[in-house]
Amino acid sequence: MKISFNWLAEHLPQRVTSEVANERLTMGGLEVEGIEPAGPPLAGVKVARIAAAGRHPGADSLQVCRVEIAPGEFEQVVCGAPNARAGLTALYAAPGARLPDGRTIGRLAIRGVESAGMLCSAAELGLGDDESGLLELAPDAPVGCDASDYLGLPDLAFEINLTPNRGDCLSQTGLARDLAALTGQKASALRIAPVPASSDRSVPIALEAPDACPRYVGRVISGVAAGAPTPLWMKERLRRCGVRSISAIVDVTNYVMLELGQPMHAFDLTQIDGGIRVRHGAPGERLVLLDGQTIEFAEPALVIADHAKAVALAGVMGGEHSGVSTTTTDILLESAYFAPIPLASAARRFKLHTDASHRFERGVDTEGQIAAMERATALVLELCGGSAGPCVVAESAAHVPAPRTIEFRPGRVAPFLGVEVAETEMLDIFDRLHFAVERSGATWRVTPPSYRGDVTREVDLFEEIARVFGYDRIPVTLPVSPSAMNARRAGQTNAERAQALLVARGYFEAITYSFISPQLFAKFDGDLVPKALANPIAEDMAVMRGSLWPGLLEAARHNLNRQQRDVRLFELGMVFRQQSEGTLEQVNRLGGVAAGSAFPEQWGIGSRPLDFFDIKQDVQALVASLGVREVRFQPRAHSSLHPGQSATLTVAGKVVGQVGALHPRLAKALELESEFWLFEIDFDGFSNEPVAAYEPISRFPSVRRDLSIVVDQSVPAAAILDAVRKSAGPLLKDLQLFDVYQGQGIDSGKKSVALGLIFQAASSTLTDDEIDRAVGTVLEQLERDVGGVLRN
Amino acid sequence: MVDLSLLLASGNREIDAADDLAALDQVRVKYLGKKGLLTEQLKGLGKMPPEERPAAGQEINFAKDALSDAIGARRHALEEAQLDASLLASRVDVTLPGRGQSPGALHPVTLAMKRIHLLFLQAGFEVVAGPEIEDDYHNFEALNIPAHHPARAMHDTFYFPDGLLLRTHTSPVQVRVMERSKPPFKIIAPGRVYRCDYDQTHSPMFHQVEGLLIDERSSLSDLKGLLHEFLTQFFDQDDLQIRFRPSYFPFTEPSAEVDIKLTSAHGVSNWLEVLGCGMVHPAVLENVGIDSEKYRGFAFGLGVERMAMLRYGVNDLRLFYENDLQFLRQFR
Repeated sequence: MKISFNWLAEHLPQRVTSEVANERLTMGGLEVEGIEPAGPPLAGVKVARIAAAGRHPGADSLQVCRVEIAPGEFEQVVCGAPNARAGLTALYAAPGARLPDGRTIGRLAIRGVESAGMLCSAAELGLGDDESGLLELAPDAPVGCDASDYLGLPDLAFEINLTPNRGDCLSQTGLARDLAALTGQKASALRIAPVPASSDRSVPIALEAPDACPRYVGRVISGVAAGAPTPLWMKERLRRCGVRSISAIVDVTNYVMLELGQPMHAFDLTQIDGGIRVRHGAPGERLVLLDGQTIEFAEPALVIADHAKAVALAGVMGGEHSGVSTTTTDILLESAYFAPIPLASAARRFKLHTDASHRFERGVDTEGQIAAMERATALVLELCGGSAGPCVVAESAAHVPAPRTIEFRPGRVAPFLGVEVAETEMLDIFDRLHFAVERSGATWRVTPPSYRGDVTREVDLFEEIARVFGYDRIPVTLPVSPSAMNARRAGQTNAERAQALLVARGYFEAITYSFISPQLFAKFDGDLVPKALANPIAEDMAVMRGSLWPGLLEAARHNLNRQQRDVRLFELGMVFRQQSEGTLEQVNRLGGVAAGSAFPEQWGIGSRPLDFFDIKQDVQALVASLGVREVRFQPRAHSSLHPGQSATLTVAGKVVGQVGALHPRLAKALELESEFWLFEIDFDGFSNEPVAAYEPISRFPSVRRDLSIVVDQSVPAAAILDAVRKSAGPLLKDLQLFDVYQGQGIDSGKKSVALGLIFQAASSTLTDDEIDRAVGTVLEQLERDVGGVLRN
Repeated sequence: MVDLSLLLASGNREIDAADDLAALDQVRVKYLGKKGLLTEQLKGLGKMPPEERPAAGQEINFAKDALSDAIGARRHALEEAQLDASLLASRVDVTLPGRGQSPGALHPVTLAMKRIHLLFLQAGFEVVAGPEIEDDYHNFEALNIPAHHPARAMHDTFYFPDGLLLRTHTSPVQVRVMERSKPPFKIIAPGRVYRCDYDQTHSPMFHQVEGLLIDERSSLSDLKGLLHEFLTQFFDQDDLQIRFRPSYFPFTEPSAEVDIKLTSAHGVSNWLEVLGCGMVHPAVLENVGIDSEKYRGFAFGLGVERMAMLRYGVNDLRLFYENDLQFLRQFR
């Protein structure tokens, strides 16, 4: 919200500097986001009166004016404005004055006629966007007066960032009230004199939805000159608060809203058929709003209607046909209390947000409608003349929010805030905030004023005390709590270990968006139902990811496109998977992508592309870091991986992840040219922090036997190793597979696998005999299980 | 008998002149070998009169020992020189780069997150997690933000057609924790959060850490103290200027925003908002069945990207999600 500091200061018992206001408002919870000059510097610009105006001899469009620039002092000014005329009071820039657009005014001859200085439009002075003619001042404006003085400049425009609970500060007087309290003052209560009726014209008002509108004040003013100009002082105040001047009557309604916080509306009375009904829009009913759009009602939304049709969306926006124009002669002014929740619901449904709805949603003063009506009536009469009818107040007293009295225990303040606030100071704070206090022993009864709908509980009063007392006066202490130690949660310690391991192995951690494009989702998780957003921010961020791979591949692509030779990325994050609608699972996964060479480019190791076994080792190390002693890799994995170079990871029979090359067909579809290696594991599955279990170390020597076994080429290594492990007996301490050979000396279709078996006994030195027996059993098992024979 | 001193002198000369071990050995044979010059002298003792023999023998042995010592010393010197020469020959260029894999790095958001965790873990907070797809109740209603409350406009929410939503803050985790256990509570809840907003200073996804402390005695000054402690530790600045400013969140009352004063490279000091906090609203406690007369406490929420940007001087939020290696490498 934008406010004029000068206007604000008028409502303070004692003016404060803008620096103090800035600091106190911000530290009082009414954050000042910015301060800027509310008007241009106008040095050398004065109030002047055109004493006489005559045709320029050389140009039809120009006039030569004799201008009184100070009492009894005249200059000749050539002027092209269509409204320049004798008797007009306007602003005059004297020679030497600089206009906001940078022009310096001088004495010059315009088409052969001397012209000293310039008569100015609002636009030329930076006082608005009207450039159609001279800015007309009131006839009694003092000639010779500095424009700045006349306009109340310099002034500052404060941009205030109000939190949604402080609807009471959405006006000049409301904000001034709080600023007074925050600067040790107390603003006096507003006094607005009622305007007696001078006619008996009125319309009947019926409240048909009293819970949404418990009070509606209407007043007819007839015989108005709606085309009358808005006086400069009012235009200026509106401008400084960021509101455009429209017409005198609309300006009055906006002015009262800015001044008192009560939104108002003016109808053209001739467009009102019969009287006012405040009701819900009927299903199928339509209304054309002021901004030209047509809305249609389905669910309940409050409208202002006459006896035939809806004429406004209550508290949000008026209808197009019932608005006032400059030819309107009779008006109906509206000042109502609309309940925040239904109004907010309607505004949101029609995606409308106006100055009025903004205030009603946050709650206006429940008792402010009549005062605002009186104020607006007085201003309409002042600007446009006419005669006011009686103030018609339709009210459902039972539905008007009642004043709330809160039990307040002053003794609770100190333990709650951590600071001792003297009772006298608390009383003073309540008094400055206009909160009524009834003291009776240890509990006080505090009644906030009708505009503080946000204060409903004792804790709200603690907040008010703290805010006005000053958060900066609250000391700094540390919480005292039992020294209980927290369990180290597996999810967290696992994350730390896995991250550290992957970083050590050359991976960079990535963070990619949790939402991806539906097309990408379908390519990786076509068997799942995507969890799609109702309001995505972009089409390529429309569904929740089912895997980390799409995001990681995009990140890898980003880097490869930027001349990065090798890319290794990992991400730890949630994926969102549903087999069918309503079976959503949110689980954490750890995924990785790698492309490029096995090692960074260097002098000591020849360059070779990454292959399956590089990634497999990364994954094995990763899984080991999570405390898993035995993980199995089974051929074939996810359909997005290369069928011959991918594996499913299982731990104790349970699938925990996938590793392999991106399927070349998918790579082509994604227009990815390099070879990509991917892995992903279900992170939540690893729940236990690994605890090492010590086994005694043998003091006796170990013995190694190497065996070269020839098997069919199709026999997987795991089958050979399994056969050895299950047959070697307890003496086998370690087993290495150190070579795989095909070629000369080995029949085609066969391969030779070299194994190193390390034997060791716990309590004796092994004899050749014992080892020979173990090796013999192994060889028998190998022959039985995988058809393996010892190579000659 | 020859003059021993001459023999000794010539022996020493030849030892000094021997410039490798083979030459030195020749000298040894020449003087001390079976037929060496000094050995011959000993053999010649028999021809001497018996009364002269002991003195002459002693003299010869003395000369033998002297030469033998000189040869030993010379051998040692030659061996050392030879080792030095061979070490020099096996010299490597130690300025060549090392071999093997180079480490990667953690994401700066994770680095900041770890730092936050560490500080709060030290203060006895437990780390808890919750779902990212939430229901309206836990994200809003339970936190005292009913439907159509204007505070909802502060959260541009991503919705799903079934009414679920992407959590707009990690505060629902505190509700879930309070629902399933009993006070006191002392937790932090880190994680991803989502807002339907995308520009230079807003990302539709970012990270938050929510903190909650509920007991029977904590106060607003404790909240102030804890966050003072946290911010000075996080930024490693004992004299960090910190400001608590009243604000509004429906789930805390009183509420505050916390600003820190930072000086830019151009010497301009500005207050920068770093987190929001407040005393937990009694309605939030009552919603989860906690006696708000007995228990009270505070909650705070901070944006991790914001903290990372301030700590590492990152000036564009979007860099965090581009995953450009040129960016990520800087956090090794």
